[in-house]
Amino acid sequence: MTHAYTPGLRIFERTKVASHRVLPLLGDVVVKKGDALKAEDIVAKTHLPGKVHAINAVNRLGIQPKDLREYMLKKEGDLVQKDEIIAETKPWVKMLKTVLLSPITGTIETISNVTGQVLLRESPRPIQVFAYIDGAVIEVTEKEGVVMETTATFIQGIFGVGGETVGELAIAVDKPGDILTAERIQPIHKDKIIVGGAFIQHDVIDKAKKVGVKGIIVGGFNDEDLRKLLGYDLGVAITGSEEIGITLIITEGFGQIHMAQRTFELLKSRSGAKTSMNGATQIRAGVVRPEIIIPYPGKASGEEMEKPVDRGMEVGDSVRVIRVPYFGRIGKIKALPFSPKTIETEATVRVLDVEFPDGSTATVPRTNVEMIET
Amino acid sequence: MDVIIATDCGSTTTKAILIEKKDGAYRQTFRGESPTTVEAPFEDVTRGVLNAFAEVEELSGRKILDGEKIITPARGNVGVDIYVSTSSAGGGLQMMVAGAVKTMTAESAQRAALGAGAIVMDVIASNDQRLPHEKIDRIRHLRPDMILLSGGTDGGTVTHVVELAEYISAANPRPRLGMTFQLPVIYAGNKDVREKIKEILSEKTSLTITENIRPTLERENLFPARQEIQKLFLEHVMAQAPGYKKLMSWTGAPIMPTPGAVGLIMQTIARKDAINVVGVDIGGATTDVFSVYGEIFNRTVSANLGMSYSISNVLAEAGLENILRWVPFDIEESDLRNRIKNKMIRPTTIPQTLEELKIEQAISREALRLSFEQHKSLAVGLKGVQRERDISEAFKQEVTGETLVDMLKLDLLVGSGGVLSHAPRRSQALVMMIDAFQPEGITRLAVDSIFMMPHLGVLSTVNEQAATEVFVKDCLIHLGTCVSLVKGSIGKFKEKCISCKITMPDGKKIEESLPYGGLRVFPLGIDQSAEIEIVPAKNFDVGAGRGKPVIKKVFGGVVGIVIDTRGRPITLAKDKVSRVEQLQRWAKAIDAYPD
Repeated sequence: MTHAYTPGLRIFERTKVASHRVLPLLGDVVVKKGDALKAEDIVAKTHLPGKVHAINAVNRLGIQPKDLREYMLKKEGDLVQKDEIIAETKPWVKMLKTVLLSPITGTIETISNVTGQVLLRESPRPIQVFAYIDGAVIEVTEKEGVVMETTATFIQGIFGVGGETVGELAIAVDKPGDILTAERIQPIHKDKIIVGGAFIQHDVIDKAKKVGVKGIIVGGFNDEDLRKLLGYDLGVAITGSEEIGITLIITEGFGQIHMAQRTFELLKSRSGAKTSMNGATQIRAGVVRPEIIIPYPGKASGEEMEKPVDRGMEVGDSVRVIRVPYFGRIGKIKALPFSPKTIETEATVRVLDVEFPDGSTATVPRTNVEMIET
Repeated sequence: MDVIIATDCGSTTTKAILIEKKDGAYRQTFRGESPTTVEAPFEDVTRGVLNAFAEVEELSGRKILDGEKIITPARGNVGVDIYVSTSSAGGGLQMMVAGAVKTMTAESAQRAALGAGAIVMDVIASNDQRLPHEKIDRIRHLRPDMILLSGGTDGGTVTHVVELAEYISAANPRPRLGMTFQLPVIYAGNKDVREKIKEILSEKTSLTITENIRPTLERENLFPARQEIQKLFLEHVMAQAPGYKKLMSWTGAPIMPTPGAVGLIMQTIARKDAINVVGVDIGGATTDVFSVYGEIFNRTVSANLGMSYSISNVLAEAGLENILRWVPFDIEESDLRNRIKNKMIRPTTIPQTLEELKIEQAISREALRLSFEQHKSLAVGLKGVQRERDISEAFKQEVTGETLVDMLKLDLLVGSGGVLSHAPRRSQALVMMIDAFQPEGITRLAVDSIFMMPHLGVLSTVNEQAATEVFVKDCLIHLGTCVSLVKGSIGKFKEKCISCKITMPDGKKIEESLPYGGLRVFPLGIDQSAEIEIVPAKNFDVGAGRGKPVIKKVFGGVVGIVIDTRGRPITLAKDKVSRVEQLQRWAKAIDAYPD
């Protein structure tokens, strides 16, 4: 059978992680290859072009578009101050003079003798790109950005909201099946990234925000609470830019679902470490999953980040079922029957048999499992 | 040309079909699929294509590949004669259009782009109520694959068109793919402004000039712009997408955007039998709707309505209530919400339980309904046209810009896409389409058997005979004919509604009186036809007027003749218990699900 590979979420205890830190427009890279940086350090900066304002100059001045240039006191590219006169009429009687003031401080972009419009552009706005992870610069692309590299624990979540944040990792529950309640969130969690178990509710996220928690990692939560958190129903799963005052990553899915034991244990083993996380998720072609990066201090080397395995599933591989009725259960592939089988819906599909740790088995469609890559 | 292999590189899956000439006729014989590999880590579309080919090779026993090369021509059980492909991978063709007046040239531009197979990200118009800086910001941030700029009839407005060009220039937009090349802009507006447009845009963009899409208010001329869009799609967009240069060197005909190819097939069906056709292709991310009424072809794409990636947006746009109304059992709202989101975050999963299947089919009804509503609002007559009216028309108060999609004049409704093509029972596809589109009068329904319309669309550009033969024999599955009440026919449950007399092909006559509020199926085979006489009660109308009978020849299908007395619009009970009972009764009548 050809490649029916089912990629899973990636979880590594120790691996090399590279992060591309790129400016949205060309600018200046302020670090050099080999520099060891902290997450908070600036790596590149540039200026975003300012907003464009249009003034219908000919209407204001009562002239024809073709004559506009004659009345302009400034030309394209000139700097102007807010309320500075940029054009004026030249009547015989000075009292009848009409002037055109610049609504902004910026530059004259275009003067159109067809539309009679003058376009002005505000001054550029500075923006900076941070290192985001503690690590070293391994590559510099002139004017564009850098690639940061570190050796870290790397965990992908299934869905997240909120952008990049950095803080110390703290475990707020005892077991992966625990619910993260408001009582478990304490003032000591200020500026930290906290790990919950199976579930969190909206009011608890609110409490975390009040305490000053930077990020939350939890097994699952309800869509109803997502709506409350965002203030709207999330339609298209492109997240990361919302300003909600906190970053949230769920590792398993929607509903109350135990965080995978391995994920929980791994996070627990790194408790207290400086952690970078990003809730940005894009569920489109070229899926982007939220990430948790916990660098190891010093220049320890890790194994190369593995590429997804481009091979068919094999008997004995660990898989997680990702759809009801066995949603969230982890087991090992027991058999991969070649011929399609008819399932309860009466659809005839490729299936596999999976054996769960309690010895029970189930037949599930191949598309309803994900491989657990380690 | 005896052996053809065709692929559709979708955003998630690359689907390959093998077509072979057997006993003098072309038939689709084998099919293979594989994940699309446009994105990291592979970033080469040909990997997925080769994998899909490998599956076809395995199933058919035909050797197609020699390493990574397609063997041509075909000899015995080795090689193929031609390879053709469509593509919507990497998000398809994403465009922005601009025109002077929103309901006139901008709307024409939108229709031109949609007809070429694009997703229209935004429509910029001089009168769209946005401030100039908002328009400029929008152009800059959206990063489309190309922009279609129109505006002005020939000899008409100059300033509005120049103004739009100035905004595009000020935004200095960059294309979505390829950091280094210039954004393609097609100018298809007032021909008197061409020189000025060149002056403004030729340095900052890759400008192409073509015929005006609206030379006069009374005439729309979309074909040249559509051709230009498809040409630039290949030259710029496809050439920038990973692996496409190699893919383009393999194909024996230009790669087409998937919806463009489906549109071709829809037009072929309509032309062949001289009928009016509405078609839908419901995918994971988007839903395309096509209509061909007479000579007029329209296509719309609902970019964020679909059954996997966009499933959550169906919930956001339709609202929970509207989805719940189609679920034939009791379910907690929060449970339904979580299930929808879980499908969104793991879009490739399929329903394993019957309950999950019913939920997906409930959601699909709303996705289809919303997409069709969008289509009807864009498939309209030209707006702004001055019409001479005689006295009778003046009394009718007809306005320009009415929808062209007249459900009573619709002859055939065709469904394609996973949830319809792969529904375990064909009756499920039929009832999903009836519930969503709510056909009126007498309408035939069909589905694409295994999703091969795109392949056949592109194939028709090089071998129309092969495309047509396979389409008739292997692609289009006739489901049957739906006989329904027309809009405004609402009654009380079990009230006397219609009586019908069907003369079956063997001469047997069936007579039945059907009360209001139900579905009734009369089996009639795929190649069979029957004569039906329907006499509605005095308050009901089946197309000829209230209480007036209709006699017509109807065609069979895998389901048969379906008589739908549920009224238009279909009204569902307000309380949950009655609604669930209602849905279960309808599902049973059409044998949609196992007991």
